[in-house]
Amino acid sequence: MTASASKALKSNAIAYSFILPNLVIFAVFTLVPIAFAFALSFMKWDGANPMVFVGLGNFSRMLHDENFRISLLNTLYFVVGTVPTTLVFSLLLAVLLNREFVGRSFFRAAFFFPFVASLVAVSVVFNMMFFPSMGPVNNILRAIGVSNPPAWSASVQWAMPTVMMAYVWRSVGYYMIIYLAALQGVPHELYEAARIDGATPGQCFRKITVPLLTPATFLVTILLTIASFKIFDLVLVMTGGGPGRATNVLVYTIYDSAFLSFEYGYASAQAMVLFLIVLAITILQFRGEKKWVAYL
Amino acid sequence: MNDVQPSMRQQNRAQLLLLYFVLILLAVFMLVPFAWMASASLQLDKDVFRFPFRWIPTVPRWKNYELIWQRIPFLLFFANTAKLALIITFLQLVTSSLAGYAFARLDFKGRDIIFLGYIGTIAIPWQAYMVPQFIMMRKLGLYDTHLSIIILQAVSAFGVFLMRQFLIGIPKELSDAARIDGLGEYGIYARIMLPLSKPALATLTIFTFVGVWNDFMGPLIYFSSEKLKTIQLGLRMFISQYSAEYSLIMAASLVSLVPVFILFLFMQRYFIEGIASTGVKG
Repeated sequence: MTASASKALKSNAIAYSFILPNLVIFAVFTLVPIAFAFALSFMKWDGANPMVFVGLGNFSRMLHDENFRISLLNTLYFVVGTVPTTLVFSLLLAVLLNREFVGRSFFRAAFFFPFVASLVAVSVVFNMMFFPSMGPVNNILRAIGVSNPPAWSASVQWAMPTVMMAYVWRSVGYYMIIYLAALQGVPHELYEAARIDGATPGQCFRKITVPLLTPATFLVTILLTIASFKIFDLVLVMTGGGPGRATNVLVYTIYDSAFLSFEYGYASAQAMVLFLIVLAITILQFRGEKKWVAYL
Repeated sequence: MNDVQPSMRQQNRAQLLLLYFVLILLAVFMLVPFAWMASASLQLDKDVFRFPFRWIPTVPRWKNYELIWQRIPFLLFFANTAKLALIITFLQLVTSSLAGYAFARLDFKGRDIIFLGYIGTIAIPWQAYMVPQFIMMRKLGLYDTHLSIIILQAVSAFGVFLMRQFLIGIPKELSDAARIDGLGEYGIYARIMLPLSKPALATLTIFTFVGVWNDFMGPLIYFSSEKLKTIQLGLRMFISQYSAEYSLIMAASLVSLVPVFILFLFMQRYFIEGIASTGVKG
């Protein structure tokens, strides 16, 4: 009895020695900050003076904070503008690449590379291409007769669509890979059978590909929506949240409250809103996965 | 039946041609920013926005590639980023594979609940707790040190998850046989599991390395002294300081892409497998 107990203890100790290096850092620098963030969202703190408990004060402040409301609306605008577009294009690319032909891996790499290219480099090139006065995009637009082309990232109206374009361009390759993996699971015989029955490629796409890819589309929608809600870097580098507040998104506001205005409590409360949004989407994913798991 | 075959083949060929046409068009669209970057980096500032653009410069200005290293301490930023990327990648591989092995193969108290803790945080956006994390780091006196980012990125729930998923698929008979031969858990991990998990380790390597190389927000928050800055911060600094020197900006941007591009060329397969099998990163 004691021998087996001490043996169990020993095997537990060995197992813990495997996870400990990871777990210690993970607990201290991820789990503790998460708990801390939750607590901080009920506090008022500038980092120097003592913390003051304010209850739901930060949250009620948000309700009346115009800046916060604008950033939330901008984020929603961004999500609505990027999720369907990215989804459609990544599906299109995956379907085009889902057969053997010479040069297939080149095209796959070409579509995927923007995703691994650094954001700073990518956004500076985008900004230059869309430079209002003399950038190549507007030069081309003028040459084909658009007398007054948009000022893109310098205009209140067009700044967000410009960021969206850069985002979609950068992300399609990633989701294309997920779709390509899912397409491996669609049996080729289905297409052959359909073609013998005289179905056109368009019909095959609508009646075979799309329905069988439903689980993948669901996954891509979820991943994309979460990623879009977290948009920050691209905005910071391309527009700095401007012009005015035109591209001020949720994470930009959190960043601003914490690292520029030193309102740590308020920033954490705003971050809780982001967390709750992502949580809601994740719960949706779990529910949906149960429903569709048979297809996966 | 005999005349159906050739017409079908013809139809196939027409479809293939159309496919190539569409794909080439899309590839041009995806790659034109990089092509423009490369071409503009070899021209004079005034020719960058020339219309119509001259894709192949008459006299390539290679000097641009010399100048960028003199304008800002670009080499230092490069070295800093390489140092961070190598250390963090190494630590990730060690900590993730160790933990992954325990979660996949060892039976211990609290295993499932701890693993759930890891998985649960994948769904929590980093932006939601970056503020307290920053405050803690500053309290520890690690603000404005490379160590801060190294500690924060040395472990990841993604890495643990990836390694565990892979290791769980390795036949149990292999480790059982080794155990009978007298190998302990450390021996099984080092001599059997690690060599077998090369594909997963490769995936984790490329994800971590590229992640650190391209990381912008982490260094932005944690590094303030110039001597600590990374390539992304340096590039941003360059852009704001020399905003009108378009061709130099292009050259600097291109140089910053080179290491990731090389890695991408040789290890693309692992990238794709990683995304296809987990779908969580990004």
